[in-house]
Amino acid sequence: MSANDKILLAHGGGGRLTDELIRNVILSTLGNYSLNKLTDSAEIKIGQTNVCFTTDSFVVKPLFFNGGDIGKLAVCGTINDLAVSGSKPLVLSLSLILEEGLEIEVLRKVLHSAARAAKEENVEIVCGDTKVVEAGSADKLFINTSGIGLKLLKADIGFERIAAGDKIIVSGTIGDHGMTIMSHREGMKFESEMKSDCGSVAQICANVIDALGEDIKFMRDPTRGGLAATLNEIVNQIELGIEIQESQIPVNPTVKAAADMLGFDILEIANEGKVVIVVSAQKAQKCLEICKQCEKGKEAATIGQVVKNGEPLVELVTKIKGRRIVQMPYGRELPRIC
Amino acid sequence: MLDRINIAYSQIDKAHKLLGRRINVMEVCGTHTVSVFRAGLREAFPKGLKLLSGPGCPVCVTDQGYIDVVLSLAERDDCLIATYGDMIRVPGRKGSLERKADRGNIKIILSAQDALNLAKQNPGKKVLFVAVGFETTAPATAIVVNEAMQQGIKNLFIFSNHKLVVPAMQALLLDKNNKIDAFLCPGHVSVIIGSDAYKPVVEQFKKPCVVAGFEPMQIIEALAEICRQIVDGKPQACSLYSAVVTGAGNKTAQKIIEETFDAVDGYWRGLGQINKSTLKLKEKFSSLDAEKHFKVEFIPQEDITGCRCGQVLCGLIDPPECGLFAKSCTPDTPVGPCMVSSEGACAAWFKYARRKRQK
Amino acid sequence: MCLAVPARIIELTGDDAVADAIGNHIQIKTTLVPQAKLGDIVLIHAGFAIAVVDEEEAQKTWQLLADLDNFSKTDKRVSG
Repeated sequence: MSANDKILLAHGGGGRLTDELIRNVILSTLGNYSLNKLTDSAEIKIGQTNVCFTTDSFVVKPLFFNGGDIGKLAVCGTINDLAVSGSKPLVLSLSLILEEGLEIEVLRKVLHSAARAAKEENVEIVCGDTKVVEAGSADKLFINTSGIGLKLLKADIGFERIAAGDKIIVSGTIGDHGMTIMSHREGMKFESEMKSDCGSVAQICANVIDALGEDIKFMRDPTRGGLAATLNEIVNQIELGIEIQESQIPVNPTVKAAADMLGFDILEIANEGKVVIVVSAQKAQKCLEICKQCEKGKEAATIGQVVKNGEPLVELVTKIKGRRIVQMPYGRELPRIC
Repeated sequence: MLDRINIAYSQIDKAHKLLGRRINVMEVCGTHTVSVFRAGLREAFPKGLKLLSGPGCPVCVTDQGYIDVVLSLAERDDCLIATYGDMIRVPGRKGSLERKADRGNIKIILSAQDALNLAKQNPGKKVLFVAVGFETTAPATAIVVNEAMQQGIKNLFIFSNHKLVVPAMQALLLDKNNKIDAFLCPGHVSVIIGSDAYKPVVEQFKKPCVVAGFEPMQIIEALAEICRQIVDGKPQACSLYSAVVTGAGNKTAQKIIEETFDAVDGYWRGLGQINKSTLKLKEKFSSLDAEKHFKVEFIPQEDITGCRCGQVLCGLIDPPECGLFAKSCTPDTPVGPCMVSSEGACAAWFKYARRKRQK
Repeated sequence: MCLAVPARIIELTGDDAVADAIGNHIQIKTTLVPQAKLGDIVLIHAGFAIAVVDEEEAQKTWQLLADLDNFSKTDKRVSG
């Protein structure tokens, strides 16, 4: 374990340090059967009904970016956590932490965007809270959400369902959101045609579960830490390996060029409108077709499979047919010049 | 493409047969090390070829004394630290810039120009520009130094630790323990210095020096060219990265380096003192020189028990042969510099080649 | 040891330029390549253009990348 006595930015990066913080500090204090599963949502039985319950916080900077804003992100991000858990998102809460001095017009714009996103996805924001903190104590606006979804009857999703031979599908191009945000960052600002993929994957998730039911073994949205983090989270739980093909991973050329420019590995960059699906081999082709019929899944691709050999690792077969490991990212991508 | 690869590989096999042993090619450049790993090439190469990692990682060879000075200046309220992202996680005696980030005075920059802008925007602060990198990066620093001088900027201080590649290559070959048969020369340093800069190395030591680009095929073909030279017995300094590397290099860049810096003897972590290998600001720029302004005192390097970075940087061992590798020395808990930098051989090996799950 | 990317100059005033890297527009200085013209492809490192890229050689590199993409989609294997 690394010798950290203070929180670093990397602790929020969705990579190794986040993992360390969760296991060593959070689970060790709060852990219970549900929490320990570390799923995107918790599944709870209320009477005879199974619901999924999730929570999330949004601290993105800048508040507005090409392709979205913090309001849309908050709604879609929460919907996605419910959708990938195999539930139909129903209701959300929305809590605001506002920095003294924030323009009310900015707040209005964010809320309009959140309302629009919720309406498009047929979810209702049913409760919320507002707090104001002194100037300097928050970065303009933070949002916390929680969400409840109704577990779909045909859904049977869990790490334990994954088996050797299952195929891995990603619903579209990777790295779009993280690189777009990066292009807005202070000290890095550059104009770009890149656009965040901020959006809901609920339709894709619902359609594949409806058509394929228990052949859908597992789903996750690859947010912080990117595809690399999600695939490593999977192998860490299942004692099986994953092999993916570099040539099959969908990447937008502008996004790739931006990543190359800053020295980033596109596999480790956040997505906010994508889902990784683990599906049985025999239904993989059908699953891919269903994804491609959805508006948000047109660039879906089968990128690899679950394998059983040696240590459970994520291995990439490169374009030149070499092989290398994909590690769990550190949690903070630093731009390099060397 | 398969044909091209097979032709290249048969060239490597020929040299292997001729020498009756493996050919050891040192990748001088950390970016080549990473490119090879990222493409998964290491295991795909013919067995007759071994790639040795080299000292081409400016972060890895930056000595601890330098880092400690930066860290101590980061403690000051009147200082802003302008640094490339590469340096953020390098550990000194008491932590790294990353651990001091909550003070808010550490700014990651992408361009030397940003350091100058930072100084202009913060007239009440002293901006320390952590100027590391090889010859590729030194010209940018030189331009900024000259601009700051011309514009009368009084609050920018350059802490130069730019290193030169050719003196390091020569120092490595002078070590009688070296195993180097040839050099795969850095692509972008060579844009600046030109492939002719390696002629003295070829003339003195009779080792092929071939500049390669960073695409897998470019690296494979450069290695094949090295082997061809070995088979023919005619070592040369040449470039296969013709898109951007010429024999003479970038004369404008070379001139501004010469006008701004002196090449002095300098300390390379892992390699020790190398003559005329480090760039320091010329006397006429003393008002911008951080060492002079802050009266910097370098505390001698501490040896870390068990750390074999020096041998890794000289290509004498592979990272897994170090007893600390992946045990007490990991990317999250780096002991030596080769693990700190994302281009360090140890970090690259750990990240891309280690077929053991991280616990 | 050095990351550098190619980009095409789309604006140039003195030694201030904007270069396009597949839809990303970067502010750079062309001080080190005074011969660079509008429309040239340059190699950029740490905010500075360090070389003008020979257009013919650039074509060869792009062809190489296209060949790599094609190769990666075949079943052919490399023997090591």
